[in-house]
Amino acid sequence: MTTTASADLVVIGAGIVGAACAYYAAREGLSVTVIERGPIVSGTTGAGEGNILVSDKEPGPELDLALLSNRQWRELSDLPLDGRTFGSAVELEFKGGLVVASSDTILNSLERLAREQRAFGIEAVAVPRHELREHEPHLADDLAGGCLYPQDLQVQPMLAAAHLLRLARLSGTSVLPHEPVTGYLRRGDRVTGVRTPRREISAGAVLNATGTWAGELAGLAGVRVPVAPRRGFILVTEPLPPLIRRKVYFADYVADVASDSAALQTSTVVEGTRAGTVLIGASRERVGFDRTISLPALRQLAAGAVGLFPMLGDVAVMRAYRGFRPYCPDHLPVIGPDPRAPGLYHACGHEGAGIGLSLGTGRLIAQTLIGAPPDIDLHPFRPDRFGTEVAA
Amino acid sequence: MNQDAFDVAVVGAGPAGLAAALAAAESGVTVALIDAGVGPGGQYWRSPAPGAGTFKPNTLHHSWRRFTDTTTRLSALASAGRAVRFAGHHVWSIAQADDRWSLHCNVGAEPRQRDAQPPVTIHARRLVLATGAYDRQLPFPGWDLPGVMTAGGVQSLLKGHLVVAGETVVVAGTGPFLLPVAVGLARYGARVAAVIEANTPLAFTRSPRAVFGAINKLGEAATYGVALLRHRVAVRHRHAVIRAFGNDRLEGVVVARLDRDGRPLADTERSVACDLLAVGWGFTPQLELHLQLGCATRMDVDSSLIVDVDDNQQTTVEGVWAAGESTGVGGADLASVEGMIAGYAVARSLDATPVRNDVPLRRRRGALREFATVMHRVYSIPDALLDDVDDETLVCRCEEVTAGSLRRAVDELGATDPRTVKLLVRPGMGWCQGRVCGFATVCLTARHTGRAAVDSDMRAFADRPIATPTPLGSLARLADD
Repeated sequence: MTTTASADLVVIGAGIVGAACAYYAAREGLSVTVIERGPIVSGTTGAGEGNILVSDKEPGPELDLALLSNRQWRELSDLPLDGRTFGSAVELEFKGGLVVASSDTILNSLERLAREQRAFGIEAVAVPRHELREHEPHLADDLAGGCLYPQDLQVQPMLAAAHLLRLARLSGTSVLPHEPVTGYLRRGDRVTGVRTPRREISAGAVLNATGTWAGELAGLAGVRVPVAPRRGFILVTEPLPPLIRRKVYFADYVADVASDSAALQTSTVVEGTRAGTVLIGASRERVGFDRTISLPALRQLAAGAVGLFPMLGDVAVMRAYRGFRPYCPDHLPVIGPDPRAPGLYHACGHEGAGIGLSLGTGRLIAQTLIGAPPDIDLHPFRPDRFGTEVAA
Repeated sequence: MNQDAFDVAVVGAGPAGLAAALAAAESGVTVALIDAGVGPGGQYWRSPAPGAGTFKPNTLHHSWRRFTDTTTRLSALASAGRAVRFAGHHVWSIAQADDRWSLHCNVGAEPRQRDAQPPVTIHARRLVLATGAYDRQLPFPGWDLPGVMTAGGVQSLLKGHLVVAGETVVVAGTGPFLLPVAVGLARYGARVAAVIEANTPLAFTRSPRAVFGAINKLGEAATYGVALLRHRVAVRHRHAVIRAFGNDRLEGVVVARLDRDGRPLADTERSVACDLLAVGWGFTPQLELHLQLGCATRMDVDSSLIVDVDDNQQTTVEGVWAAGESTGVGGADLASVEGMIAGYAVARSLDATPVRNDVPLRRRRGALREFATVMHRVYSIPDALLDDVDDETLVCRCEEVTAGSLRRAVDELGATDPRTVKLLVRPGMGWCQGRVCGFATVCLTARHTGRAAVDSDMRAFADRPIATPTPLGSLARLADD
């Protein structure tokens, strides 16, 4: 038997983006219900590295969102929580990113990007090749140089999402895991709530925060949001003493994120974690939701990591995991109200940057819901920018 | 180093793998027998390393003749070029390409020697996975003290190195495996203070038919019983070790009688001094490779995750067979029978003619499997031992996660299943990748959320895309195929 309930906002999806939106909306005094078809953080959030990066963004709307989010992470970091702070509870580390170039050509592009980024308030410190090892003593000796981005952060993404949900719950939000949304309540074009096998919840606003699965939930409302999966693998090493201080990656990462190729690409990203393990990313390929482990992808990741830090050659890999980044054709997330289905909002499609961008996204959604002017222009993120045709 | 493809690759050289390799090779197909150990035999027929001392197999091993007979016949087949044994090969990944399987192996007897030898890839048209099982553990206060070991670990030190890991020993947990461990230790000079068994074999009387079908099992148990009597070892049924104590290492254990529900009775607690506790609560099948390949699994009556096989021991993945403990923990006799059935079935799938009619084998398998099911019911883990784990007790020793921390992940952080608990507070994320704490984490978490553990919970702790730790350098050098 189904029951009925109501809320100001129903958030579909209990990953980091849904959690951040619920947290900011609840902080504004809205009554919020979060619905999740599985356990919390069971989608892409549970497979993330926890990047909070400004370094890999070119000037444009995504960088604006990254800077807004970066400020939010820093602000939230000091929030008292159980006798410690939010930052320590979620393993937020102000470790900075070190981007390195393998050749002079790449170094030139990296320096050009850094100049553009500085104009938008990003700290980017050029590191000549002979100074690289002062930052990372174990780096390979054949690198051309690099750039240090002190604003880059790292977080344990599952803990971050779980704590945001917990803070939201403490403000009255209810979280309903293991409950799929099977349809929307409608009044004409308007979305007025959601339906699950257990209940109907009428709501002033319904937010689609289902990440890689957002296309399905949009389709259920008859609108098209073209989010597709882009598979990535991460290798996890045995626990080591702290040997790698920062998030270290090759400058060609920037080119790969923006690439439209479906084929396997890997760009090396290496970082230590508080648990002592070293995480090695990042591969990207468009193969649907295929969960099969791809040895070529793992091999490329390993080769890249050993190329960056030769001492890793003798270190054992204990684990590999995969996730599916929610990817839009123009590599920008979808954030804001959907004019095609009034009452429906989206916060999805953050590709590999959702952990970092979640807090800015949550704040923007909350501002929109209470009618406050958003911190940054939402126009580039509008849900109907891909065309107006209705999904089949 | 790469070879041409074998007809069959058998992974694991314990009772199931040896039987499968022999059955397939004698039926005329070429076999690669791949095993992590130096010598064949697996854990069951583990023999001492060279130089470990004088060794009288009959003092430690059952059915030793079957072992020597099998290995002799396999050696003859190896000389004829029909079987190759790859010792010290740890398969960490299996991939499929162009109708054949590529088994990627780290080579070396000890993990630390692995990078000394280049990785090896072995190719085969069919797979038989006979990967066995390892000890199942439950957390209790003091279980991380030096001197507390798994029953299987104690047994393999004894069989593999003729080392008796303590002077005064308590053997505890549940299951028939505790008896040979106690007998072996007593024969090699340890004082076995007690065998502490949580259940009682009287429960077997409820299933006379299954017991009759595997009557030799009863004989085996009787042999151990007599040996324990001779060594004056008391077996305490319906008792459990509820705590281990000691300053820097184990000095003793607290034993209590269990009530009807398996709950320790406080007024029955007493201390037993010992410097070694060998503890085991059954076994967990080793399924890394099966899960990598996508084989369907289910939960067995003993709550172990096992692989689904058909009458021919074939898994749900075409070209992949499984035999032994991975299809349900049942002991060496059942493993051997399943191995033979798998070996003949694989040979048939390659259009070879099996050398033996396997109908009697199938009958024998049925009887042994029925007995194993009864055995699991008799030697089950009392729920109370899982529910009553103190908040302060460590569950995951690698990452130092306590039972309280698992429960807080549920109560405060909103986890509703073991996988989410793992993501949030890291049980099973350390060195052993959940091999030690996986079962306990799954059961504790599921029960704390008010339900029994299910297949998908177990899978979340059994799925290891890299089956054994592999140096990044070897992975980076992997050939394309």
